[in-house]
Amino acid sequence: MPPAPRPYFSSSGLRQGARAALPAFPGFIMFALAFGTAAAQKGLSLGETLGLSAFVYAGASQMVGIEIWQKVWTPGTILTIMTVTAVVNARMILLGATLQPWLRDEPLARSALNLFLITEAGWLVGTRYHNEGGRDVGVLLGCGLILWLVWLVATFTGYFAGALVPEPRRFGLDLVMPVFFGVMLVPLWKGAKPALPWLVAGLVSLVVHALVPGYLFIIAGALAGVAAGMLIE
Amino acid sequence: MTAAGTIIASPWGSVLAIAGMVLVTFLCRIAGVVVMSRVRITPRIERGLRALPGSIILATILPVVMDNGLPAIAALAAAIIAMAVTRIDVIGLLAGLGTLAVIRALG
Repeated sequence: MPPAPRPYFSSSGLRQGARAALPAFPGFIMFALAFGTAAAQKGLSLGETLGLSAFVYAGASQMVGIEIWQKVWTPGTILTIMTVTAVVNARMILLGATLQPWLRDEPLARSALNLFLITEAGWLVGTRYHNEGGRDVGVLLGCGLILWLVWLVATFTGYFAGALVPEPRRFGLDLVMPVFFGVMLVPLWKGAKPALPWLVAGLVSLVVHALVPGYLFIIAGALAGVAAGMLIE
Repeated sequence: MTAAGTIIASPWGSVLAIAGMVLVTFLCRIAGVVVMSRVRITPRIERGLRALPGSIILATILPVVMDNGLPAIAALAAAIIAMAVTRIDVIGLLAGLGTLAVIRALG
């Protein structure tokens, strides 16, 4: 295999990344519609709802956030929502860790934007491209930008038209995110041995999910997988 | 009430709550890159990080799929098989969702 080229940035990569993100659209649309609908039902203003989607831009923590949303805030409740958000989003630390070699020579501002736009789905699309030898950082950014836009538009739509969306279960759309993740697992497959840590991750997440409420099972499983990867020669 | 407490209790409280969430989320997003740029990446660390994408996927979807039972397992299997055969992600996605929709329509 020839050595991978050095990381670079091109604007044609932006378009390529936006196209590569397409299979993640249905999951983003369904989740953001659900979030917009729930936020409206909980009595959040449009500004608050769009503010969360535009700037927090992390679905699970937004959903948990509006569960503990307050009409009148105190320093204590703000600290609580920050802590809960940090716990739910801590798994992003791992995503960033894998991107560091790719972003090493990038200008600081563009890396900050790229990382602000990181989501699991976008990261998986970018990781697939990187695994196949691609090094254009523009692809990662294009993917992040288009997904952010989709997220924002779907949040807006859900806020006003959530009640009009037909029963998503009928079309299997409630499971669109897990199915997309499963699809992205295929190009990662390099044989049974490199997949052993995945098995550890899956088992640990099942156990944690059964014992602990909330989203903790994701990071627990992910960390177990990384640990297994480090231990297996 | 202190001046800060008054601001937090006003409608600005929501802005502060969102700002707080944005701050901690952004710190999570950049922390991995910041830490790894200061750590020498040994082969062991590299192996661990290479296991991460698949680990995150299984850790995320396995509990959800188990909670949804047989239809979800069948849908996931269909999606993976379609993707493995065609290598086209959109087709894998459609195969999975189609399988789920058909099973639910029949059930």
